[in-house]
Amino acid sequence: MASESLPRPGGRGDGEGHGDGRHVLAPGHTFATVTDKISALVLTRPFNWRWFAGFSASIALVMLLSMTVVNLLTFGPGVWGLDSPVMWAWDITNFVWWIGIGHAGTLISAILLLLKQEWRTSINRFAEAMTLFAVACAGLFPLLHMGRPWFFYWLTPYPNTMAMWPQWRSPLVWDVFAVSTYGTVSLLFWYVGLIPDLATLRDRAQNKLARIIYAVLALGWRGSAIHWHRYRTAYLLLAGLATPLVVSVHTVVSLDFSGGIEPGWHSTIFPPYFVAGAIYSGFAMVMTLAIPLRKAFELQDMITMKHLDNMAKVMLTTGLLVTYGYGMEAFFSYYSANTYEGFLQHNRMTGPYWHTYYLLILCNCITIQFLWLPAVRRNVYMLFAISIVVNIGMWLERYVIIVTSLHRDFVPAAWGMFRATFWDYGMYWGSIGLFFFLLFIFIRVLPVISIAEMRELVHETAGRNGGHGHGHVAGPEGASSSVTTGA
Amino acid sequence: MRKTSGPDFSALRAGLDGQTGPRFWRSLEELAETDEFTHYLHREFPEAASEWADPTGRRNFLRLMGASLALAGVGVTAPGCDVYNDPPEKILPYVRQPENIVLGKALHYATAVSLGGVGTGVVAETHEGRPTMLEGNPKHPDSLGAIDALTQASLLGLYDPDRSQVVAKARAISTYDSFLGATLGVMDAQRAKKGAGLRLLTPSITSPTLARQIRALLAEFPDAKWHQYEPAAPHAARAGLKLAFGRDVSVRHRVRNANVILALDADFLANGVGRLADARGYGIRRDPGPDKNGMNRLYAVEPTLTVTGSSADHRLPLKAADVLPFALTLARKLGVSGLPEPPASTAVAAQARFIEALAKDLQAHKGKSLVLVGANQPPYVHALGAAINHALGNDGPDGTVEYAEPIEAEPVDHFASLADLCKAMAAGKVDVLFVLGGNPAYTAPADVAFAESVKKVPFKVHLGLYEDETAALCDWHVAEAHELEAWGDVRGRDGTVTIQQPLIAPLYGGVSAIELISGVLGHPGREGYETVRETWRDKTPKGQDFETFWRTSIHDGVVAGTAAAVVKVEPKADLGPVPAVETGEGFELVFRPDPTVWDGRYTNNGWLQELPKPVTKLTWDNAAFMSLATAERLGAVDGDVFEVAYKGRKVEAPVMVLPGHAEGSITVHFGYGRSRTGRVGSGTGFNAFALWTSDAPGFGPGASVRKTGATVRLASTQEHRNVDWNLPGNTAKERGIVRVATQAEYREHPDFAHHGEHGHEPKKGDTLYNADFPPPTPGSEPDYQWGMVINLSACTGCEACVLACQAENNIPVVGKAQVLNSREMHWLEIDRYYEGDPANPSVHHQPRLCMHCEKAPCEVVCPVAATAHDHEGLNVMIYNRCVGTRYCSNNCPYKVRHFNFLQFADLRTPSLALVNNPDVTVRTRGVMEKCTYCTQRISQARYAAEIKGGRIADGDLVTACQSACPTRAIVFGDIADESTAVAKLKADERNYGMLAELNTRPRTSYLAKLRNPNPEIETQTEPTHHGV
Repeated sequence: MASESLPRPGGRGDGEGHGDGRHVLAPGHTFATVTDKISALVLTRPFNWRWFAGFSASIALVMLLSMTVVNLLTFGPGVWGLDSPVMWAWDITNFVWWIGIGHAGTLISAILLLLKQEWRTSINRFAEAMTLFAVACAGLFPLLHMGRPWFFYWLTPYPNTMAMWPQWRSPLVWDVFAVSTYGTVSLLFWYVGLIPDLATLRDRAQNKLARIIYAVLALGWRGSAIHWHRYRTAYLLLAGLATPLVVSVHTVVSLDFSGGIEPGWHSTIFPPYFVAGAIYSGFAMVMTLAIPLRKAFELQDMITMKHLDNMAKVMLTTGLLVTYGYGMEAFFSYYSANTYEGFLQHNRMTGPYWHTYYLLILCNCITIQFLWLPAVRRNVYMLFAISIVVNIGMWLERYVIIVTSLHRDFVPAAWGMFRATFWDYGMYWGSIGLFFFLLFIFIRVLPVISIAEMRELVHETAGRNGGHGHGHVAGPEGASSSVTTGA
Repeated sequence: MRKTSGPDFSALRAGLDGQTGPRFWRSLEELAETDEFTHYLHREFPEAASEWADPTGRRNFLRLMGASLALAGVGVTAPGCDVYNDPPEKILPYVRQPENIVLGKALHYATAVSLGGVGTGVVAETHEGRPTMLEGNPKHPDSLGAIDALTQASLLGLYDPDRSQVVAKARAISTYDSFLGATLGVMDAQRAKKGAGLRLLTPSITSPTLARQIRALLAEFPDAKWHQYEPAAPHAARAGLKLAFGRDVSVRHRVRNANVILALDADFLANGVGRLADARGYGIRRDPGPDKNGMNRLYAVEPTLTVTGSSADHRLPLKAADVLPFALTLARKLGVSGLPEPPASTAVAAQARFIEALAKDLQAHKGKSLVLVGANQPPYVHALGAAINHALGNDGPDGTVEYAEPIEAEPVDHFASLADLCKAMAAGKVDVLFVLGGNPAYTAPADVAFAESVKKVPFKVHLGLYEDETAALCDWHVAEAHELEAWGDVRGRDGTVTIQQPLIAPLYGGVSAIELISGVLGHPGREGYETVRETWRDKTPKGQDFETFWRTSIHDGVVAGTAAAVVKVEPKADLGPVPAVETGEGFELVFRPDPTVWDGRYTNNGWLQELPKPVTKLTWDNAAFMSLATAERLGAVDGDVFEVAYKGRKVEAPVMVLPGHAEGSITVHFGYGRSRTGRVGSGTGFNAFALWTSDAPGFGPGASVRKTGATVRLASTQEHRNVDWNLPGNTAKERGIVRVATQAEYREHPDFAHHGEHGHEPKKGDTLYNADFPPPTPGSEPDYQWGMVINLSACTGCEACVLACQAENNIPVVGKAQVLNSREMHWLEIDRYYEGDPANPSVHHQPRLCMHCEKAPCEVVCPVAATAHDHEGLNVMIYNRCVGTRYCSNNCPYKVRHFNFLQFADLRTPSLALVNNPDVTVRTRGVMEKCTYCTQRISQARYAAEIKGGRIADGDLVTACQSACPTRAIVFGDIADESTAVAKLKADERNYGMLAELNTRPRTSYLAKLRNPNPEIETQTEPTHHGV
């Protein structure tokens, strides 16, 4: 097994190691070790029972998703627990939750790239993949929650004999653009970043079919200086393009609510607070994925405690922003002296859904206070637990915003309750299954960590990490060519 | 007339005279080898007939039958012609259009629909020969243009696919001719005995034709007997008036003349004979008038919170048994002479102040007050009521009550009549029994063993709309023609006759009672039409040509001059001894017909099952209603199943809390727990008839209850389990959704409705979004601007409008499971808010429908512009553009949008497709829908006006809800024209828009509710106008 033959400069990395949290790459790595380690995951595919178990479980959930979707399309959205007045519930909750999760990828890739945060390097690839898969899962919901999903294209401006365009004032139309733009740019960004690695895989693959596929995907990458030059430019440009999207997507999603006049929705605080929440949940999800991943594939050298520590700090920051948001929401509901807002907040805290509100506060505001402690930030078990709690909390946040706002709004005689059905659960767990299904495939067919960027990192950190790398100055071009010839 | 000629039975029968028995069929075939007869046989025995038991086969059969008969109804005589499938034979379209038929244009016919034998005049709208909508007949004294929910829903009953569709002998399919053959045989045998073994059991009958026929039958069979049994009829009123006046009389109220009304357990606004006319009189007097002092005052004393009680200015919850001492105490106070001491009642004694004030109020309005007694109260209370009215001079000229000849053909004591019949049957004295309508096997009191004794009758026939419990006991069951399918006549409360016209040929080949009796009398082929005409031929007023008289009568829907003669009577001075008030341990059990399914005749009617019952808002079930305190004492919450034991009989019933219910009393409603009914009614509710006894038809003491531990989910359309009982009401009041004041407060603060509004309604110029609506169109004629005002003072919450809307707009029935999930589709809902003390709360009713906001929040959020504004101010819904994101509903502050979460509209049952209004789209799943202000009616009115070259005049256009409303609380029209009724109401100082501070500029607005309490009782005025 290739990974076992590799030098283990960092010692036995079982997660708790590298406790100093200073390194973004364990000392002792060279261009070759990095390349071997990462590409081996794809090319030699050592049997990994953890991967196999996870993949099986996710396929089972994808089956559940298929069953739910067939049932949904056969009978209509009434198979869910939606009712009047709660006409959106888990569908849109899940949508916003997934979109939020999708945020971390672009943030890590684009903004941290522009800010020259080198620690992003080993997590950006799978964070981006996570983004794409999360956006895919998110996209399912607005599509399938429609009464007549086969007319989804009416939400896009296309020439038609009815001479009808979408109704531009509706935030849902903006959603279509925001999410599809985000999905497209994320895909491009991810793909462009993959090109040098695809070339590496092409060169190292033993299997002919794999070689052909990677060759096609690598778009003729030869690692020439001009390739690198154009690649770097394109990558930076895409990063520049993606950056505003980090803010815009969730802002637009938040306008689905603040554009409405419902108490609990109609609020100017939503855009910033949704963006913070999105980053919060996104980082929580990256953490949720990274911790088992580095363990299962022994990537502790590359996804180090420094990464986890930094991500925990981002979570703490955004978590505090979100807490501030909740505080302001509650404060203004009283301070505005608006009857409806006041009642809404009161009902959130004492009405039939009170438990969801307090659970939300517990998950999103109280739990993360532990992250102030460096010891917690360097304890993978604690971090994993907290990240799961935050994921739950962020789901609850959207549930509270949607369901508790809708279920008792203006006219008391129209009040109602929402109760989820089996098919609500089916759709939710099914989408989680789809997400992991895609992620597990990704792990086996594409490098989960950017080889090219890791090699850069080897070079850049050479001095700091004790100079165990190549002794001579080698740019990324050199690295690439050396690998190419070496294969 | 419009009915096609069926096979000529008299011709067929001409050759059969004297022949009976087994040769009958063969002879008939041999004798009648005509095409028409072949057609008849074909219709009776389509190839699919053997598939009857198989639901799929039955569906096909129905489709064939329904479609061909619908066409037959408009005069096409192409047998077997099927609009759904191309028939194998060559068919031809109209060469010449039938007279009066313009495809796509509705025709209207006046007729009447009866309940308990008393007719309500209706005008039926028919499209291509199928009735799709009933509206009140303004010329009919019991309708005055309004219609109630039950009458409206009889339309759906017409198309009910579960209706009986065959003649059945011992539950096997047979034919009407076999039935007649068999009947003639036994009748011949009876003729020899002068009919000694012949019995007739009918419901209440007011029909002059039917009465004439029955009398003819009795003349032919002098020893035969006619029994009548109608479970939910004002039996006690008949007996009470007889007690008071010594003779049978009928009573009419002129509620409009009454300044003070006392309803003693009388739900006169929504139940019983003359309900629509009484509600109209009441509604008119809920207007304060120019001097702001014109309102009537309604007192209600009742155990169950009813529509009337919820509308009353003062409501006193009393056990039903305490109403008698209450009435007696009051009568003595009012100086009615010759009355004994009232029986002791602590509950009544505690109300001395109330009675004092009430007596004073009644005294102050002598001749202009009215005491009404409900059917549940014993005859003595009715007699007392008559005595009080007499003492107050209310029965004088121009008074509030008058007495007339009875309208029933034969007023009898129904319980005694049924008991006699059962006794005779049990003794084996009855050879032949005809049950002409009704379902006594289900509705008979538990102490009358109808079901057991009827088994002893050798030849028993049931004529009914359904193969019900009674049909199952009878040898023969004959499918009855629906009232809208057959000729007949029926009286209203004042005796005025309506000749009922068929609007469609019998869908399932049924016969009417009139036709059946003709058959029994030896005229098997005689059409109901002939028989009814025969009745009226003799009654043609002098100097009038019969045809003119006939045509005028059926055109108008009333036969002029047929009102029962007024009789001048005075109550006896001595009403006899006070009946002993039964007391017993345990709860008092009050029995009432159900507000929607009545005595069970509408159990299989989806519209009525799903119609929220007034006040309780319960659907699809009945329940044991009790007060909050009683429920707390029993540890019961809504849906807990209790075993109710009463007089040795038991049923299991779910509890439902009804604030304002009298303590220690439980109300149960009839009509549920049917053992044999159709798909809609099966498995709904429990059978209250199983506890009911004929000796105490209204109520009785001594019921005990025991918790079973089981629960059922009760589908109420207003959430209550998760809400404090008065939170919605208080919130609605606080938010100014419901605005209420007393008439006195209104005099002082005419603009009370606008005091303390939350954030004022933004004025034009206050906001960025202040564009004029509609944009002025210079030069052209101004557009209509549609708007509506709902007068909350007049609304009684009777739900008639809800059902009218449902019928007009093809609103689907969704079923109990969906109602439990708040997915009912009614475009118009009546909100009910409780306020104050749960033992006796104030109740506010508020119809809520699309507000047609000028700044509609739904429109801006729809991503595909499927909801948009038109130039006349309608918020229109474009179904075929809707993709179903439901954002519009989320953003609608009024929550008046309804989503087709599943395929709710029945697209598969052919007979139910016929009831749909062709002017309104039938919605599929996945689209949103809501009130359109009956946009199809607006279009029709516009065509009519444009053809005449003018504009739509005020009053030419009414919405379905407006048309139905018994109290005329809903007014619709052009608000841009200051002369219209609606524009005048919009200018009224009481007019307010719900949640107008959201700058939605609602086109539907409300006139704030006025109450008229007696200041001597309600010393402390409530803080009405929020924040004043």
